[in-house]
Amino acid sequence: MPTARSQPSLSRVLVVAAPIVLVLTLLPKVVDLYQTELLIYGFTFAIAALGFNLLLGYTGLLSFGHSAYFGTGAYTVAFIVRDLHLHSMELCILGALASTLIVSALFGYVCVRHTRIFFGILTLALSQVIWSLAFKFFWVTGGTDGIRVPRTGITLLAGLLDFKGSGSYQRFVYSYYFYVLVVFLLAVTVMWVIVHSPFGKALQAIRDNEVRASFVGVPVRRYRWIAFIISGLFTGLAGALWVPLNGLTTPDILYWPFSGEIVFMTVLGGFRSFTGPIVGAIAFNYLKVYAVASSQYWQLVLGVVLVILVLVLPAGIVGTLERLFGKLGRN
Amino acid sequence: MALLQTINLKRYFGETRAVDNINLSIEEREFVSLVGPNGAGKTSLINVISALLTPESGKIIFKDADITHLSVRQRVKAGIARSFQLVNVFDDLTTFDNVALAIFSRQGKTAHLASLAHLDGDVTREADAILGQFGLGAKRDDTARDLSQGERKLLDVALAYSLRPKLLFLDEPTSGVSTRYKGQIMDTIASVVRAEGITAVIVEHDMDVVFKYSDRIVVMAQGAVLAQGTPDEIRRSEQVAMVLLGTSGPDAFTRRD
Repeated sequence: MPTARSQPSLSRVLVVAAPIVLVLTLLPKVVDLYQTELLIYGFTFAIAALGFNLLLGYTGLLSFGHSAYFGTGAYTVAFIVRDLHLHSMELCILGALASTLIVSALFGYVCVRHTRIFFGILTLALSQVIWSLAFKFFWVTGGTDGIRVPRTGITLLAGLLDFKGSGSYQRFVYSYYFYVLVVFLLAVTVMWVIVHSPFGKALQAIRDNEVRASFVGVPVRRYRWIAFIISGLFTGLAGALWVPLNGLTTPDILYWPFSGEIVFMTVLGGFRSFTGPIVGAIAFNYLKVYAVASSQYWQLVLGVVLVILVLVLPAGIVGTLERLFGKLGRN
Repeated sequence: MALLQTINLKRYFGETRAVDNINLSIEEREFVSLVGPNGAGKTSLINVISALLTPESGKIIFKDADITHLSVRQRVKAGIARSFQLVNVFDDLTTFDNVALAIFSRQGKTAHLASLAHLDGDVTREADAILGQFGLGAKRDDTARDLSQGERKLLDVALAYSLRPKLLFLDEPTSGVSTRYKGQIMDTIASVVRAEGITAVIVEHDMDVVFKYSDRIVVMAQGAVLAQGTPDEIRRSEQVAMVLLGTSGPDAFTRRD
């Protein structure tokens, strides 16, 4: 596994990251509005997948219920805008983080008592509870109609930017691109530090061998719980950022197929590498959008891709590239 | 007062009496070998003392405190560490990260999630020193999965040792390793343990190794302590030779090649 072979050096990370950040900053000047919007979606899903992978790739726990945290973040923003009449995106994000903290702490407390398939089933079942609440309590949640969160109802940077008046859609997409990009880069940095911290090492030890982890004094269950909460918070943050872009939140994002999509993104990119989920989420978003646009049988397209992926590229896009470049480097 | 004392310790698996009323005491700085035929209950005894198994009844006293009902982690904190018969390390972590994690854990730093592990100079120095002591320095950046069986056995012991325990249990540290490498591993372990004044209890089948390194030998059979004494006393015991070798006589333990 190339994941843990070398110690990360800050200078090397910066050498790789700086050009990418530069390209991402300049990209909206080159591509059109629609592509910019697709990228924003990609970033939000990337944050969700990054959070999800703290559990799968680093702690060895496969959650099939991450739609719950994405949806909690999204619905919280919708409630804040609709019911509290607050428009600041920063407040919305704080609110979303607070509510996901509660939900993931509660669900996590139950789920981390188990591992493997039992853990997966529990996360799935609990996420379906949230879904059914959103589905049935239509007088609060709008049922299948969901809740509209118009971009005109949102302001960025403590009210500095609002999106009313003519040409506001274009302004919104460009401003929101940079807004989400900054949050995304922050999220990536925070997650990078977490997985390279002593705590991150302890999670990987738990993943590899939980018995031995406890015999070197690691509080296995408590750390799984903390990892679960952090994972939920990232996914909740992603949900919050997603809503104003989508303009609407519906129970679909709480339903289990969406949890499956988060799993798909992560596996597509490669769950054994740090950047895998990021690349996977952005790639999945394009894949899905173009599959939907080009065929009414888009689920079939995605299904075939997933099968090919598992059979041919089990290490995912990034994992395969790493192996390829590792081989080139050695020869 | 002994460092560790078990009082009427029992653990049964159905009809099998794996640990049957064991009263054992281990003195500080002793190097004790636990020997006996397969199924004698050696590993079960260690499992009960290290909290991997719960006892049916009996008491475990460590440093004058009753630890019978403490969790694995609490016993680790109290100063009991162990290695495993089947290699039990963190396979996808590097050799260095394996040892570093144990040090982070001992120092209570595994809860730190806002600092970079590899920038902790103290831990890095100590981990490198321990890898050096165990002859694993050259394998520092290899994943544990890629080490040889002998190296993995040493890493398993190094993990336990990195916790700086008072009492160290080593369950067959040389099993599955070639005879030539066995001596090397045991020399490494013995020198480290003696230098640090660690009390060690080791399960071992190779009687040459046992006689060479032990202060005291405890012979187990069918879950009970059959005999104990210095290497010389055990060597002379006909009863022990019968149990361990199926033969007795003045030179029963002398290797015939």
